[in-house]
Amino acid sequence: MNVIINGEPRQLTPGATVAHAVKAVTSATHGVAAALNDEVVSRTAWDATRVTEGDRIEVLTAVQGG
Amino acid sequence: MDDPLIIAGDRFSSRLIMGTGGAKSMDVLGRALDASGTELTTVAMRRVDPAARGSVLELLRTRGIRPLPNTAGCHTAGEAVLTAKMARDALGTDWVKLEVIADERTLLPDPVELLDAAERLIADGFTVLPYTNDDPVLARRLEQAGCAAVMPLGAPIGSGLGVRNPHNIELIVEGAGVPVVLDAGIGTASDAAVAMELGCDAVLLATAVTQAQRPDLMAEAMRDAVIAGRLARLAGRVPRRRYARASSPPVSG
Repeated sequence: MNVIINGEPRQLTPGATVAHAVKAVTSATHGVAAALNDEVVSRTAWDATRVTEGDRIEVLTAVQGG
Repeated sequence: MDDPLIIAGDRFSSRLIMGTGGAKSMDVLGRALDASGTELTTVAMRRVDPAARGSVLELLRTRGIRPLPNTAGCHTAGEAVLTAKMARDALGTDWVKLEVIADERTLLPDPVELLDAAERLIADGFTVLPYTNDDPVLARRLEQAGCAAVMPLGAPIGSGLGVRNPHNIELIVEGAGVPVVLDAGIGTASDAAVAMELGCDAVLLATAVTQAQRPDLMAEAMRDAVIAGRLARLAGRVPRRRYARASSPPVSG
């Protein structure tokens, strides 16, 4: 299944969830947030939220700034 | 003197809010934050970088400094609202420094998008601290929308030009029922003192410290300047006079 994670094309296995998408780009579990097609998916819903073909997932964390 | 800064009911003994951008390393940043005495410090939200070394959140956590996520880099209300929501989920805080910038050359706030974003976030339960122009009318509109503070710029971000329109900052202070935080444009300690003397409740700065030759020393200078400016404001300065006024008794006979 082809998806876009943080702007990069990625392959996820069919049935993958937001949790799998996050794991594809970071091992961090704290201080990270995910959005699926511009809607925030709260951490508690990562495991239950399925990703589908062509979805865009953003995975953000806090960095130095401001 | 017990003179806390109170924003949305939360108390801070330091009136210096720091940013974390521009430091050469986490170590340099950590020493500067220690010297600044800050209790509230901004972080930006960006795509995770698997190659990143060190965590700014960890740096703040070990120091007991509260992180204040910002929406830096957002150009529209929609982008800013999404970024704020992601920050809330990632950091577990509903406080946000709201930035919606108009263009990359000036990094000035886009007032229309800013007010729109503020209204949407407040309706969603956020505590919104907007980075705004030094416009008293816009500051009033942001307060009326329910913002917990207003944060007018002294000068463009990273410019180090100081407080370019002290008259407007005074007007904002006079009209505000929420804390006024002078945000952006501070170049050196005297700029921070001026902002506080004008009646601002706090100062937010990053570049002036992180890009200084010695960040930890400048952080200490900023800490003291904010305290000095606050005390001077509370003390009430003497009026400016055109001619001299002797401070010693006249010589008699």
